[in-house]
Amino acid sequence: MRRIVAVTGGKGGIGKSSVAVGLALSLAADGARVGLLDLDLWGPSGHVILGIPRPGLHEDGGLVPDVVAGVAFMSIARIIGERPALLRGDDITNAILELLAVTIWGELDTLVIDMPPGFGDTLLDVARYLPRAEYVVVTTPSELTLATTRKMLELLRRLGLPVLGLVVNLVRGADSGAWRRAGAGEELRLLGSIGYDDAYEASLGDPDRFRRTGFFRDVRAVADALGADRLPAGH
Amino acid sequence: MHEWALAEAVVAKAAEVARERGLTAVSEVVIALGELQAVDRSALEFGLSAAQREAPELADARFTFETDLARCACRRCGHAWTLHDSLAALPEGERESVHLLPEIVHLYVTCPACSSPDFAILGGRGVSLVSVDGS
Repeated sequence: MRRIVAVTGGKGGIGKSSVAVGLALSLAADGARVGLLDLDLWGPSGHVILGIPRPGLHEDGGLVPDVVAGVAFMSIARIIGERPALLRGDDITNAILELLAVTIWGELDTLVIDMPPGFGDTLLDVARYLPRAEYVVVTTPSELTLATTRKMLELLRRLGLPVLGLVVNLVRGADSGAWRRAGAGEELRLLGSIGYDDAYEASLGDPDRFRRTGFFRDVRAVADALGADRLPAGH
Repeated sequence: MHEWALAEAVVAKAAEVARERGLTAVSEVVIALGELQAVDRSALEFGLSAAQREAPELADARFTFETDLARCACRRCGHAWTLHDSLAALPEGERESVHLLPEIVHLYVTCPACSSPDFAILGGRGVSLVSVDGS
């Protein structure tokens, strides 16, 4: 795979999964070969957004991802459904390695990874085992989120991980300078602001409807800002 | 099943070990199969026989297997046990899920002493090379 983009953020409920799915659908709509790996082992939601209701395994020399609207998708939910995973410590690392090992992605231009909230084992494991990954940090304009976003950015810097930029989600009205308030500094790029969208909730489970939302329109602009990702397949 | 991928990985690793040790003709490769992974041994053997044709050092190698028992220790009460009977009792769909992602065994098995699902897996995971012998 040409590029790995991990969508991360310090808090839950800020839109990481929605942004990750939106980026994947956007890149796929432009003809790129795109995979989406949901690594939120405790609260996976990519399958909910994409409308894949039940666990189901298609095996052919490994686990074959579901393909929805041109996006190859894999998640722990495809194996355990809606049952709660009980994982800690080394089990987390091993589960991630297993998912990476058994999934048959084929040729991809971009693998988008939907990360769990926070700075725990999953982030450290992705940094360790997928050193080519680049990070998109999602935040909201709320100070409650920004306080953690600043820590996330500092941690990514300390780990020496490449940050593609910041996405500010759930913006009501004009963006009130969340990028600045994240303590970003000149080196951090604002990839885009995504407005609060009343129509978003009703689009869950229906990719076609999802792609008609204002949310998706704003995510398309984020995908544009990622630039090289939008090269068509094979480039 | 991902036995084909496992076979390719085992042969690649064994060939790497052979080269590091200066072995040009490997006679035996001993492989430990984690009980938790429930690898289909016959499928793995078939895959190994195909994969070894791509590795000159292993062309005449014999593959032998050991079982790495799935040992557990409860984090709540300290009870230690092996999962053999519990795994055998799982419905096929759940066994297949554990085969793919052994860590989710916590969903289906609890400590026989205190019923806690919070236990450490001490052994029985994965597939590992025990030894590579030859000349």
